[in-house]
Amino acid sequence: MFSDFINQFWPASIDGLAFGSIYALIALGYTMVYGVLRLINFAHSEVFMIGTFGAMFVPFTLGIDSTLTGIALVGVILAMIVAGMLASAGTAIALEQVAYKPLRKRGASRLAALISAIGASIFLQELFALVVIPGVFDRPERGRIQMGLPRLMERSELFSIAGHPVRVDQVVVIIAAIGMMIALDALVNRTKIGRGIRATAQNPEAATLMGVDINNIVRMTFLIGGAMAGVAGALYLISYENTNYYIGFLFGIKAFTAAVLGGIGNLRGALVGGIVLGLVENYGAILVGSDWKHVISFTILILVLMFRPTGILGESLQQARA
Amino acid sequence: MGDLTGPNSGIVIPPKNGAKLVFDEYNKTNPSVKIELVEYDSQGDGSKAVGLAQQAIKNDKVAAMIGPAFSGESAQVGPVLEEAQLPSITASATNTKLAQNGWKYWHRILPNDSVQGPGIADFIAGAAASKNAFVIDDKSDYGKPLADAVKGQLETKGVKVTTDSLDPQESDFSSVVNKVAATKPDSIFFGGYYAAAGNLLKQLRDKGVKDAKFFSADGSLDKGLIDGAGAPNAEGALVGCPCYIATADVTDEKVKKFADAYKAAYSADPAIYAAEGYDAATVLVEAVKAGNTTPEKINEFIKTVDLAGVSKQVKFGANGEVEAKDIYMYQVKNGAITLLGKASEAKLG
Repeated sequence: MFSDFINQFWPASIDGLAFGSIYALIALGYTMVYGVLRLINFAHSEVFMIGTFGAMFVPFTLGIDSTLTGIALVGVILAMIVAGMLASAGTAIALEQVAYKPLRKRGASRLAALISAIGASIFLQELFALVVIPGVFDRPERGRIQMGLPRLMERSELFSIAGHPVRVDQVVVIIAAIGMMIALDALVNRTKIGRGIRATAQNPEAATLMGVDINNIVRMTFLIGGAMAGVAGALYLISYENTNYYIGFLFGIKAFTAAVLGGIGNLRGALVGGIVLGLVENYGAILVGSDWKHVISFTILILVLMFRPTGILGESLQQARA
Repeated sequence: MGDLTGPNSGIVIPPKNGAKLVFDEYNKTNPSVKIELVEYDSQGDGSKAVGLAQQAIKNDKVAAMIGPAFSGESAQVGPVLEEAQLPSITASATNTKLAQNGWKYWHRILPNDSVQGPGIADFIAGAAASKNAFVIDDKSDYGKPLADAVKGQLETKGVKVTTDSLDPQESDFSSVVNKVAATKPDSIFFGGYYAAAGNLLKQLRDKGVKDAKFFSADGSLDKGLIDGAGAPNAEGALVGCPCYIATADVTDEKVKKFADAYKAAYSADPAIYAAEGYDAATVLVEAVKAGNTTPEKINEFIKTVDLAGVSKQVKFGANGEVEAKDIYMYQVKNGAITLLGKASEAKLG
């Protein structure tokens, strides 16, 4: 068993990093909305799902059915990421306007918003299975069947670590995810909108008195969180080349776990939580078998929360220094 | 009854189409008793299937059922049908235990996994001459016992076997794939449905596991396997099945007639279990033709039936199992699933 661990350590680490990066990008949406509104946006999993289909739309409309190279490849990948971001951000804002804002205005309890989120989630899944996938993607009666993406990028080996190959697509996912994290961190910590978000998270009333337009900030929060889920959707699609209407469910649960693990409300925590979760899942699977994968990740979550109830990084968005 | 719109509906729609063909043909002859086909979409979910079964019994008052399609839902629906004394014939649920409940109204028109698993294992150890196999299951009521049966038979044949499981809800199987890559097997068997099988096969080939032959069973015998894995990755993959799929080059007159009628009605070649669905429906039509219209009488008729079906000679044993026990092997060639022959006779080209 221990020799298995040594043998499979490097490939497991690379896969864990790549998958963890996707968890982390989705976790950002949970953590940002929680930081600002104290609300768990359970429909965020569907925001991710729609991101994968947004990205799928680009090669689908262009009719690509063979691998690309050079500028064309880079162009298509960038277009897929942008399309994923637009689809997801649009969905997140629509969600906020339809499912949360009316409740917030009437001062409904957070439980009401939670139910609203679950309802929106089921609605979006079925909307895609029954209308969007059969209609937009020309798959009548096959809305519930997994949809594949033709191979865009040759899976060549870029370099190897200790004899284990690292593929181009894995590197693209990890670099793109970390790039987005850095950009987001800068946005929240250095711009005016970022200051607004942090102020609202700390004390919404004081922020209003200081001239912050709370509704606008909430919209921005959903927009940014949604866009990150869109990037995650596009990256997922590029590396796993398939998606379906219920893909958000498991990702949603895992990303939410990652957000809590890292410290909910904390942006860097989402990154740490996502990557830790991705790695732990893969290492655990080597040691006790893949059947125990989920058990291991949730056991780790419980252990971390027992000793650090606020998560690994703990410090939350509202306490972050201005 | 079965998963008519869910992610694995690709292996349930063909038997439904096959059955519908029989009823449509029968009703066209303007018989005194017409047969109405009511569809129940369980989406493969046992709890939904139970609710639908109760609806079928209490509201729709059906006389017999074809299905449920999957083993998991069959285990849950079985007792309900038994209590209501409603005869059923499944055309695709292959879990062995289903026949061991003493159900008097339950029938299965194809061999079960205790026949299928060893049949495929014999092929892996025999025709494919494997020495080092990796067996993966999807933890389902269908995949796990099947994978265990394959593993057991491989071990008695002296093949070294390593095992692991995956969660078909997930899309990243890298932990399983890494384990396979480290073990370097010469054959891989996956017990599960095609949606996961396609993704698994693609990720295996992407990880550089290129030479090991990929085997699976009836749950993966669908074009979805090729779509999911991508045609180059799926090339050469082998799938065993207790089902008989009529391919374009069949010579048998009856099979050809069925294949042509199917193609005319659905503008597609008959796919997995279409022939079994057709045969199950034929049994019911014959029952009605013989003047049996109540569930009780239809059940009596099914027990005594002995007719030459499209897929096999249809005759049920006392436990509800069909007596013919042939397993067929299929291989992906040039992006299409083709019949190799009976598992006991087929050779690898």
